[in-house]
Amino acid sequence: MIRFLFKGLIRDKHRSLLPIIVVALGVMLTVVFHSWLTGVISDSIEYNARFTTGHVKVMTMAYADNLDQMPNDLALLDADSLTGILKKEFPEMDWVERIHFAGLIDVADHSGETRTQGNTIGFGIDILSPNSAEIDRMNIRKSIVKGGLPKKHSEILMSNELADDMKLKPGDTVSLISSTMYGEMAIYNFTIAGTVVFGTSFLDRGTIITDITDARQALNMEGASGEILGLSRKGYFDKNEASGIAETFNRRYNKPDDEFSPVMKTLMEQNNLGALVDYSSAILAVLVSVFLLAMSIVLWNAGLLGGLRRYGEFGMRLAIGEEKGHVYKTMIYESLLIGTFGSMAGVALGMIFAWYFQHYGLNLKGMMQNATIIMPTIFKARITPVTWLIGFIPGIFSTLIGTMLSGIGIYKRQTAQLFKELEA
Amino acid sequence: MKILLAILFTGISVVYAQYPDGKDILKKIDQNLSSENRVFTSKMVIHGRRASRTIESKTWTAGEKKSFTEYLFPAREQGTKMLKLEDQLWIYSPSTDRIIQIAGHMLRQSVMGSDLSYEDLMEDNRLLNHYNAVVTGTENIADRPCWVVKLTAFDPNMAYQGLRLWVDKERNIPLKEEMFAKSGTLLKRSELSNVENINGRWYPKKIVFKDMLKDGEGTEFIIENIQFNVAIPDYIFSKANLKK
Repeated sequence: MIRFLFKGLIRDKHRSLLPIIVVALGVMLTVVFHSWLTGVISDSIEYNARFTTGHVKVMTMAYADNLDQMPNDLALLDADSLTGILKKEFPEMDWVERIHFAGLIDVADHSGETRTQGNTIGFGIDILSPNSAEIDRMNIRKSIVKGGLPKKHSEILMSNELADDMKLKPGDTVSLISSTMYGEMAIYNFTIAGTVVFGTSFLDRGTIITDITDARQALNMEGASGEILGLSRKGYFDKNEASGIAETFNRRYNKPDDEFSPVMKTLMEQNNLGALVDYSSAILAVLVSVFLLAMSIVLWNAGLLGGLRRYGEFGMRLAIGEEKGHVYKTMIYESLLIGTFGSMAGVALGMIFAWYFQHYGLNLKGMMQNATIIMPTIFKARITPVTWLIGFIPGIFSTLIGTMLSGIGIYKRQTAQLFKELEA
Repeated sequence: MKILLAILFTGISVVYAQYPDGKDILKKIDQNLSSENRVFTSKMVIHGRRASRTIESKTWTAGEKKSFTEYLFPAREQGTKMLKLEDQLWIYSPSTDRIIQIAGHMLRQSVMGSDLSYEDLMEDNRLLNHYNAVVTGTENIADRPCWVVKLTAFDPNMAYQGLRLWVDKERNIPLKEEMFAKSGTLLKRSELSNVENINGRWYPKKIVFKDMLKDGEGTEFIIENIQFNVAIPDYIFSKANLKK
């Protein structure tokens, strides 16, 4: 019967063309939006994980309470031994110490007086160790625009935008003015080894990156670290894995009555990322529902128009003894075929656009100037297995619902009237 | 009714008449605390949330406009110098060999992690120059009878728009101070003790500052040695002296 219906659809274009176009367009939009949203959210999570949050992060409870202020006076003391424990007890993650700080970059004139100053956010990471994975993790090598990687102590990487604003170049010396772990003013000289562009406004506005030992020296944090980041060896954020590790760690090491005891937070508990992920899931659900509803209404109307056009055909079929239920059933089967073909066409079209956005992205730098969370400025789509399937939900269900609604008219036909109608 | 009001008014007048003039008290305080110049060595014990630290320094002051401080201890701070000239402040960091001017929001930063800000160091200490004063009552502080004096700033740009002082009636020295913002929020509190008579003036050798907006147990400022009205060469208050 399917073959019979299929032939009918192929031969009678009026029956199939408009519904297939409507379904294909809706599915295409669903696929493009889904891939784009997935890409933006995944990139944002990954950027945040690599630069600030980790997949999990260990801090003191007092530090965690004031995380936005980067309160290094509340940092973890004897961080190396805690890192050792984490490496031993949770080998499924890579553990790295970080110091995150804020301050001013001060540039002297020839007489040693301040020529210019600029605000900066600093990252103290492991750059100089031979086996450090931090450079690749933060994609630093590819982000360098001028100069090169720091090769020795007291060298920094500076965001290219900040360097240009302050008329600085690799080889220039700058002073960092910040606060030490004890709240005193910290003044420390650095030499610019290179400038970088990360492709995220929050970081490109004014970031410096230094080796963690220099950050410790500058901020009087010997043996201390603000944060210890855990990054899953799977290479992506696994919510269940992160939650499990955090729960185990906090049960073993967190003492709620000691504000300086370590606490582990997952990525979802930091920088409002949990809300971001929930929000994006909600948007996706709304998006699919809207397309489903809109296409159902359009296809309902298309079905009603088709029903009018095929009024005679249905009358004849009923007149020669076909059951109303059977006619209705064949319409449903037809709609499933239309939905499937329309969805396939829509997925194919959507994938072309999704692939384009995955490779080239959409540059929204102008809209991201004041972003306070780490997000890429080039928004790229990401094609996942779900992207291939998500379009079929509105594609098939909309045709099904549309046909089911329009097909109800079959049951309203009066058999006694059929021959009169056919004679007319 | 008129008689009742007259009695009430007379009563209030009599009560206030018992209090000295606020300006007179400020004048006496300034006479004790201000001087043409002074040189002192001090110790600052900063009680943070986790631990306490001690910082030692030597300060040269001429009037209220010039001041030079050299930090002596601990080793990390040794050689750090600070120069105040009029309304400008510079800090010299020996490890970087840089002189940095402290301006703008940096003035609100803590000095060496203490409960004092750079802005506090910039303030002219002569109360009479900046505040109106009214005596509002009497209270005992450390078993000493004190006038409670309420001060209001003339200048809306003063860091502290209001002060409340508990002034020792006999020695004319504040034993407790509270500093308020324009909104009335209590910003800092200080307690002055170890009051000694030095060259005919009463002077507190220990002050405990507490920044009310900051965690921690406050900062003890202890004067170990102080000399008033000694000759200070001009070069001390020069930027060239920062790098010496």
